[in-house]
Amino acid sequence: MISGKVWKFGDDINTDLMLPGAVMSKTEAEQARAVFAANRPGWIDQMKPGDVLVAGRNFGMGSNRPASRSLRNIGIGFLLAESINGLFFRNSVNFGFVAVECPGCFAAFEEGDTAELDLDRWKVVNPRTGATLAPPPVPDQLMSLMRGGGVYPMLERQGLIAPRA
Amino acid sequence: MGMNIAEKILAKAAGKPRVVPGEIAVVEVGTAVLTDMNFLPASWRQILKMHDPRKVVVVLDHLVPANEPLSAAAHTAARAFVKRFGIERFHDVGRDQGISHVVVADNAYALPGTVMVNPDSHTCGGGAFNCAARGVGLPETIFAVTTGKSWFRIGECIRYELQGKPRPGVSAKDVFLHIAGKWGAHVNQNVEYGGPGLANLSLNARRTLAIMGTELSAEFVIFEPDEAMLAYVRARNPAPFEPAAPDPDAVYKERRPLALDTIEPLVALPDTIVNNSVRVAEVAGQKIDQAFIGSCANGTLDDFAVAAKVVAGRRVAPGVRLIVTPGSQAIYRDALAAGYVAILAEAGAVVTSATCGACVGGHMGVLGPGEVCITASTRNFKGRMGDPSARIYMASPATVAASALAGRIASAAEFFAGDLA
Ligand code: SF4
Repeated sequence: MISGKVWKFGDDINTDLMLPGAVMSKTEAEQARAVFAANRPGWIDQMKPGDVLVAGRNFGMGSNRPASRSLRNIGIGFLLAESINGLFFRNSVNFGFVAVECPGCFAAFEEGDTAELDLDRWKVVNPRTGATLAPPPVPDQLMSLMRGGGVYPMLERQGLIAPRA
Repeated sequence: MGMNIAEKILAKAAGKPRVVPGEIAVVEVGTAVLTDMNFLPASWRQILKMHDPRKVVVVLDHLVPANEPLSAAAHTAARAFVKRFGIERFHDVGRDQGISHVVVADNAYALPGTVMVNPDSHTCGGGAFNCAARGVGLPETIFAVTTGKSWFRIGECIRYELQGKPRPGVSAKDVFLHIAGKWGAHVNQNVEYGGPGLANLSLNARRTLAIMGTELSAEFVIFEPDEAMLAYVRARNPAPFEPAAPDPDAVYKERRPLALDTIEPLVALPDTIVNNSVRVAEVAGQKIDQAFIGSCANGTLDDFAVAAKVVAGRRVAPGVRLIVTPGSQAIYRDALAAGYVAILAEAGAVVTSATCGACVGGHMGVLGPGEVCITASTRNFKGRMGDPSARIYMASPATVAASALAGRIASAAEFFAGDLA
């Protein structure tokens, strides 16, 4: 079971907001500093590693930029959203960021609540209210990538790409 | 039970008799495309072994010619990569330059009935050619380049049954804004376009519609094959292919009739695209600083023709910048030959070389604080084209050109009044 303090975001949160074009060519550390700078200035200094996101519909809409990597790098424990954009979900699998579609989550949590996610039983709990949700399970083959650091470590082990210098 | 187009293509690529929604299909990738952005040091991972260099296309597009040392370094890395693996389909700065999705269309790299991947989100533009093309991000594309495979979760499909013909002055962009305004996002769903109205949409119009499918958050956006499309592909790519038509008893989540002749010019208000379209009259009069026509969605020869028709013999309003960027240098040459570039330049437009440029806020038309832009490109997100305080309206090339002349958002109807319906 993993748990963390909830930050809430609405519908249609796009990847430009998580990884603005202005820092696209910068280092991962500089990109991480810019997460949600346009829609929630100052948030990056308030959040702490281990905190989690609860969001509305179509989270991660937009471009293919590695926004999941930035969320992973700032230490977001996991994301629950009413629905997740397909490309963002794929990048989350491939960058090893735990992103779970969980219908009903937006209403079940308030900002500051604790969210608990049990990936073995596919159960989400709000201990404050007792609300329990059952997100549809992510298939095992994708889940092992998502929890195992993503696709790059696997390709490194297979000798298909070089380890990062 | 039959299959729709996406299911047919993915089943075939997976070597299975059929696939159904919800299932994950591991497929053979027909073509994998990489762009300059992927070679930025912050993103690129060095590939040691490649599955098959003949299946790989490399295109420098977002920042060409290089706008700063970092993008120049990315271009250098791409050139070294292409050389190391002997990749023949390489589009460097110069004659073959263009935006990846446009180069893919110009050269018919997206083959009917096959699977194409590219990190870039607007890859679904290949669907105009009956190709299951999808933006998959860089890690997945590196996976495809090294292993020859990828995976897709099969989505449910919405089919748009096109009928009739768009009225004069109404473009594929308006058709898209109509769909986005009326039906909103299509998250985790495939979109299929077909029906008798298809014959009334040029291949360029279909490409605009397919590219913009990304903004519906659709998975695959695929058009039914017809003779016009197949002849176009055969004339440009000698590779064999087998187009996929939907089965008569194919299953759809919904079939939506779409009467093209009822659609009117629309504008998307700033910041988000879906559920955000209004009639031009509702925002007419809004002052603008910049007007942009370009990107993988609206840098086609059709778009140049419309823009030239609107501005011919007229002048861009003082204080307004009209920037027109072709999708590829091939389109640039065609626009030159047709006289469109001269007409646009005479009117005061700046016609740039082919690149993503202003669409991605990269160069050649970046917006400053508080500026207002009307754009015929792909996205109006906050900060997309420059400063986060800039406001971006989105419309068709005709509406954008008419607005550039007026200095404020304006209808283009008068320029098409004499055209036959
Ligand atoms: S033109 Fe714009 S939308 Fe198209 S690939 Fe380039 S940046 Fe992306």
